[in-house]
Amino acid sequence: MGDISQPKFEIRDLKAYYSDREVIHGINLEINKNEILSLIGPANSGITTLLRTLNRLCDLNPESRQEGEVVLDGKNIFDHDIVVTQLRRRVGMVFDVPTPLPLSIFDNVAYGLKIIKMSKADTANQVEQALRMSALWEEVKDRLSTPGMSLSGGQQQRLCMARVLALEPEVVLLDRPCSGLDPISTARIEESLMEIKEKYTIVIAPHNVQQAARISDRVGFMLLGDLIEVDTKELIFSDPRDQRTSDYVTGRFG
Amino acid sequence: METPIKKMNTTSKANERIAIAVIWAAAIFVLALLVSIIVHILFNGLPYITWEFLTQIPRNMGRDGGVSSTIVGTFLITIVAIAIALPMGIGTAFYLAEYTRENIVTKIIRFSAESLAGIPSIVYGLFGFIFFVISLDLGWSILSGGLTLALMILPTIIRTSEEAIRAVPVVFREVSYSLGATKFQTIFKAVFPSAMRGIVNGTILSIGRCVAETAAVILTAGSALRMPSSLSSPTRTMAVHFYILAREGISMENAYGTAALIMIIIFLINIVANTIVNRFIAKSR
Ligand SMILES: Nc1ncnc2c1ncn2[C@@H]1O[C@H](COP(=O)(O)OP(=O)(O)OP(=O)(O)O)[C@@H](O)[C@H]1O
Ligand SMILES: [Mg+2]
Repeated sequence: MGDISQPKFEIRDLKAYYSDREVIHGINLEINKNEILSLIGPANSGITTLLRTLNRLCDLNPESRQEGEVVLDGKNIFDHDIVVTQLRRRVGMVFDVPTPLPLSIFDNVAYGLKIIKMSKADTANQVEQALRMSALWEEVKDRLSTPGMSLSGGQQQRLCMARVLALEPEVVLLDRPCSGLDPISTARIEESLMEIKEKYTIVIAPHNVQQAARISDRVGFMLLGDLIEVDTKELIFSDPRDQRTSDYVTGRFG
Repeated sequence: METPIKKMNTTSKANERIAIAVIWAAAIFVLALLVSIIVHILFNGLPYITWEFLTQIPRNMGRDGGVSSTIVGTFLITIVAIAIALPMGIGTAFYLAEYTRENIVTKIIRFSAESLAGIPSIVYGLFGFIFFVISLDLGWSILSGGLTLALMILPTIIRTSEEAIRAVPVVFREVSYSLGATKFQTIFKAVFPSAMRGIVNGTILSIGRCVAETAAVILTAGSALRMPSSLSSPTRTMAVHFYILAREGISMENAYGTAALIMIIIFLINIVANTIVNRFIAKSR
């Protein structure tokens, strides 16, 4: 685990199906520790499916099925002795629309902590830390008991990030976290992502190519269930190997 | 010159006006009907609701005295019915909505619940009489009455709770799972609080039916006017009391008084239950 050169995730020959339809066609991908990896691609590329595979949220859909290996710190997450609830605490997820639970701000952030039965004092501390990390603390510290849904859209999304960060996950997955948010909220979220990558590994589906260019270390381009290529953002945006990547990042199709 | 399309526009506008008028008329008619029933009962009943009426036991078959024992009987029977039906109904609803895919068992449960919901209450009364009163030898009692009413309201509670649970957005469940919750934790901490409102609405509806029921109660709890001393005492509920007073022409005054009281109690239960839920939900919405 301590080995710096070992990737956080190693995805080997991953195929994903809904019922009998194959929507991811054998992907190989390594995700490094403490990097921000953006996955870009046009509609139906399979990015959401891939992200939801990484913490086995896919399991919730009885139609969905995977083949291949997804190795997290040397251990395949499809192994039978994997405890899925633990995996999901290690690999947190922020969804594309802000989804506060119908609870207070505090209880939203404390949701996962209550599940692992953290003490009251530790929980309060952890909630504050998480809200600070997602740049929301100053705005909500005086109204922690008001409903999470009373916040603005951008605040709600930062609340959702705080809720994930409170669990101190190792990986944070974000599926278009800024879609529908105003530019200021988007900038806030991007800033906190850049800050927290010191501690976490981040895989994000950015809501456009510009966002990928702003925040990523590496970028992967997906198309109809294939990972066309993955490289540093400089190479992907200036000198991609594949013509389709170049067409996509220059906006020739989308 | 009017083109056909313009003509169509004007006729559809006229149609719309007529439709709106019809809808308004229907709404006003129903409202007037409801208000006149309520006013009629309150107007005729309120004058008889005095402190004595509330605190004294009926005397002379109900011609004199008050209705205190029937208030107590009504509350006890309703509490027994709800205490049994609510956990069973909510449990079944969660089973149907969360724990199974559609299969033969869920089909049987749903079919039975739907059929049971359509049966006249007197049939429940007859069943309760044969099963609880006679076979289980519970006699005419609050317990027999409460159990019978529990059966009667169970389908309503199952159906309204299941609908409320199914209406909880899928994302709440996904969020809960994605934060490491188990299925049970997800149901308990994320789904149940969101389904509360609907479950409470179904419960209020059921309480109302218990309070207002006559046929099923007369056959299983009896019509004794004594103050009940335990759950195995027979009793007479307010609705049964009203029915007997009115039908046997004992006292129209007290019948109206009882009717008004039933209405007021149902109002109060509604208000209290809603305030509690709102207070609970206010923290979260
Ligand atoms: N729940 C589902 N059931 C069946 N098919 C699905 C389901 N979710 C996604 N798919 C299909 O899988 C393929 C990949 O979809 P996915 O949502 O993973 O792509 P995406 O890259 O996230 O696309 P988008 O840009 O629309 O977000 C699509 O063809 C889609 O129709
Ligand atoms: Mg998607």
